[in-house]
Amino acid sequence: MDALTASIPLLVFVVVGTIAVASSILVVAMRNPVNSALFLLLTFLCVAVLFVMEGAEFVGAVQVLVYAGGIMVLFLFVVMLINVRALPDDRILSPYWTGGAVVGAAVFVLLVALVRPGVYHEQNDNPLALRSTTVNARHRVVQPDGTTVRKRYTRQQVVGNSEAIGMALYRDYLVPFEVASLFLLVAMVGAILIGKRELGIDDEDVDPQYIVDRVAEEKEMKEAMSA
Amino acid sequence: MTWADTLLLLPELIAATGASILLIVPVLGGRARGHMAKWAMLALMAVTALAVIGSTYAVAGVQQTPTFRAMFAVDAFSVFFKLLFVVVIALVTLLSEDFLSEERYSTWEYYSLLAFALCGMMFMASGVSLITIYIGLELLALSSYILAGYYKNHEESTEAAMKYFILGTVSSAILLYGISLIYGVCGSMRLSTIAAALSTMLSNDALMFGIMLLAAGLCFKIAAVPFHVWTPDVYVGAPTPISAFLSTGSKAAAFAVFARVFYVAFPAFHLDWSNVLAAIAALSMIVGNLAAITQTNVKRMLAYSSISHAGYSLLGIIAMNEMGLRGILIYTMVYVFANLGIWATILMLRRHAYAGESVEDFRGLHKRAPFAAFSMVVFLLSLGGIPPTAGFIGKYFLFAAAVQAGFGWLAIVAVVMSAVSMFYYLRLVVAMYLEEGSGAETIYSPSLRFVTALSLTVTLVVGFIPELPIRQVIESSSHLVGRVVQR
Amino acid sequence: MIPEPLMRYLVWPTVKFLVAFVIVQVVVAAMTYIERRVLAFMQARLGPNRVGPWGLFQAIADPVKLMLKEDIVPANAEKVGYFLGPMLPLIPAFVVFCLIPFGPPPTFVVTHVNVGLLLILALTSTGVYGIILGGWASNNKFSLMGGLRSAAQMVSYEVPFGLSIVGVLMLTGSFDLVRIVRYQESHAWNVLPQLVGCFIFLVAMTAENNRAPFDLPEAESELVAGFHTEYSGMKFAFYFLAEYAAMLVNSCLMVSLFFGGWSLGGVIMGRQVGLTTVNLQHLGLLGGVIGATIFLVKVMLFMVAYIWFRGTFPRFRFDQFMDLGLKWMIPLSLVNIVVTGILILAGAGTRYPAMGEVVLTLFGIVVIAAVILFLMKGPKPKARPAGVAHARRVSEV
Repeated sequence: MDALTASIPLLVFVVVGTIAVASSILVVAMRNPVNSALFLLLTFLCVAVLFVMEGAEFVGAVQVLVYAGGIMVLFLFVVMLINVRALPDDRILSPYWTGGAVVGAAVFVLLVALVRPGVYHEQNDNPLALRSTTVNARHRVVQPDGTTVRKRYTRQQVVGNSEAIGMALYRDYLVPFEVASLFLLVAMVGAILIGKRELGIDDEDVDPQYIVDRVAEEKEMKEAMSA
Repeated sequence: MTWADTLLLLPELIAATGASILLIVPVLGGRARGHMAKWAMLALMAVTALAVIGSTYAVAGVQQTPTFRAMFAVDAFSVFFKLLFVVVIALVTLLSEDFLSEERYSTWEYYSLLAFALCGMMFMASGVSLITIYIGLELLALSSYILAGYYKNHEESTEAAMKYFILGTVSSAILLYGISLIYGVCGSMRLSTIAAALSTMLSNDALMFGIMLLAAGLCFKIAAVPFHVWTPDVYVGAPTPISAFLSTGSKAAAFAVFARVFYVAFPAFHLDWSNVLAAIAALSMIVGNLAAITQTNVKRMLAYSSISHAGYSLLGIIAMNEMGLRGILIYTMVYVFANLGIWATILMLRRHAYAGESVEDFRGLHKRAPFAAFSMVVFLLSLGGIPPTAGFIGKYFLFAAAVQAGFGWLAIVAVVMSAVSMFYYLRLVVAMYLEEGSGAETIYSPSLRFVTALSLTVTLVVGFIPELPIRQVIESSSHLVGRVVQR
Repeated sequence: MIPEPLMRYLVWPTVKFLVAFVIVQVVVAAMTYIERRVLAFMQARLGPNRVGPWGLFQAIADPVKLMLKEDIVPANAEKVGYFLGPMLPLIPAFVVFCLIPFGPPPTFVVTHVNVGLLLILALTSTGVYGIILGGWASNNKFSLMGGLRSAAQMVSYEVPFGLSIVGVLMLTGSFDLVRIVRYQESHAWNVLPQLVGCFIFLVAMTAENNRAPFDLPEAESELVAGFHTEYSGMKFAFYFLAEYAAMLVNSCLMVSLFFGGWSLGGVIMGRQVGLTTVNLQHLGLLGGVIGATIFLVKVMLFMVAYIWFRGTFPRFRFDQFMDLGLKWMIPLSLVNIVVTGILILAGAGTRYPAMGEVVLTLFGIVVIAAVILFLMKGPKPKARPAGVAHARRVSEV
């Protein structure tokens, strides 16, 4: 029984991991962009499961919420809005695919050769690592002369996964995190600048014509009624 | 962290807030007053510069103390570069005035993006953690992509932005992958922690690979040779003031990062990576200069020349000694001002959007605009490294550093290639002074005149009285060099 | 005998899930009847009254009719997508019920996840795929428009939906619904300090469920029947089921987050007064049933509120609807978060930690009053500023 219980995580990992890899390959292999998008969705969901299995359930949930719930919906939205049809059979590979394949294979071989077990810095085997954070706390110390002083000290405290991530984002990595928000702002500004049609100084955007007509009509009606 | 720490972030906070305000102004009804944008932007730059200078007083006692959990440091090195960036952005603002008024593009967003780019550059200069550096670099890069495509209705500009964006994103990904490998091996993204981790290990292939990927990503940003192909197309296609910005501010920021990361984090592996970078530097100098000779388009020529200058500057990193670091600082400054002056002259030659494109446009310039022609000669000589100008001082430091560090062959390549570069620089001089022709019309606005004059002053002052800038540079770089010597 | 871990990890959760599943089915069936009756009442009609006493068996007759109907597949439909469309939204809609505590723990909590609330949000946000996919696969421009609208709507309202909860999370300090409910026992129902959050949540959950007045994906005056134009029989019923299940989920969230969940009482001066979790747990299984009943009654109130909205408000125009979400709801929810944060911090430093919440309540009342006053003033016709162009273009496609 114990052996069975112990092997369940491995089993889940193998199954989910296989689905993740297979569907990510299908993302690029599909001719119909809608299918690609749906397989990408499947990949995201599998990755979320893998996150949860590693004890990072917050990241897993956010992965589903942001990628599956937000970004992929927008992807599908765009794909459907511009109505992309399936690619014709002969256009599936770019003429430079051999070069890409060689480079990809070379990098893969290089990485397999370089990144061996033990290369990485102190493998963190502590299962609570993802759930703990350093806390700056204060405690009161009674001095010999009877007065109390508050002293600061740092300790490792086990908290939830979400708390640990919150601490990392808003305390340890505060500066990069805030700069990332500027980055996203610039991305948004850029998208709008490139996407919008030029507005002249005089022709400010107004209501569509049928609304303007209707408002005018109603005004006339009112005037006629009152008169 | 405390409120005092937040004060150290003041320049960045001001730049970011100012950029956001510039963004909101058109919504609040300022779109019609587009000409005000320039003054707002210059005011913002002035306030930012004051904040940068102010922050030096705040940290006088705790120099180079990293704050925000070792993510961000205000030190003499970062202050030097930040002031340089502010000046560059202010000058680019002045360069942009004519372009924006003629092309009728929305001005507020343009300046706002420039201010965001400045913000990213300042984070690059101040970042003492790879993650801060990366995110600052991305902020700069994203703003640059959009600005490069600001001529929305021009095919070249859109093409330039697209090329720049795709290649830039790939290079960022490579950079990030390098960072992730380094993080994996060292267990930290803080430069000082990485340095400490490196000093205890003999060799590590994964780490070396990470460093190489990081270097490749940075080489893209400075346009060194195997990663340079985007440069000519982008410089030609992008709006001219933005080309000026890309070839000066953007590169200076990348060099600030290059210098800090390699001098602080990786000195222990110097023997391993210096040869690779030496090859890149040599290739950049050779390819850049030889390709520039054949160009008839001045912007393209400047693009190749900037590739070769990236090669020269790399000498300072390869050398890994006091002189090299000082060389990078001083050369970056010198190069930035000479280049901005040249771009100002190009902008002056107006012929629709494609002014100052060909060498012919410069024919007989000394008769029509004698001051511009004269200053152009000074800038070109400075780029070539001819003695009375500032370029000589910069190149002297870099080449001497390379010789000191035992890279004599590289210094020889650099000297030979500097001689080659004089060939195409002088071709412009010949066109301006010895050839007759009407060429393009010249509109020499006060802004352009100011940019030229300022750049000329800096170039000549550094050339004739180098003690002052050299002392400043030594002061700004000593704390980074101190670590090298400790090794 | 079944081994203990298997009981604990497999059998009991399955049983609990099946019970929850059946309850959902019953509630949905009942809702179809209630909706029609309530709407009829509001419109001074009778509603279904022929099948069985008071027309009660209508709830059974409808599904039977749908099951017996011919299943029509349009000739040019994308077959796989057309089949998957109605199935996909059902999966998250039912899985989510495993994460919602219907009554006091342990009996009426199927699974206890640390980030339960976040997981619920994540799962419900994937419900839109069925609508998009079905709308696209039907190969009908009205269906496609319905799907696109649904996607735009979901993405826009997902943000205020999530942000409106943040205030609650800041007050309670947990993603765990059980802890959120128990927090409300010892303080006050979150609806008081989080009046603004509750208001935004109410609007956003209506929009998330494509319910009137935000039922633009199926606006019959514009898009025939929107994304399910081509669907008939059981496939249509699945969409229907998923929509009502999602409504039920959101009502459950509303009750758990803002209205005290299964409890009807509180901890006053350290004493358990009324039907609090502790008191219910003392009663054992009976307490659980009582708690679940209280929960269900509260939930049904919100289900009726959905119908009430439908009977009261006219449908929005699409660009107005987008304006509401992006220009009003998101900024308002951000303001709510900032104010909540400031007041929690201010209260934490003083000797009266409840002060912050009292001020928050006042803040909420002021904001809601301002909104009501603004709405009563009525719209004034004017040229809209730039920037709405995008939303309108979508509506005009």
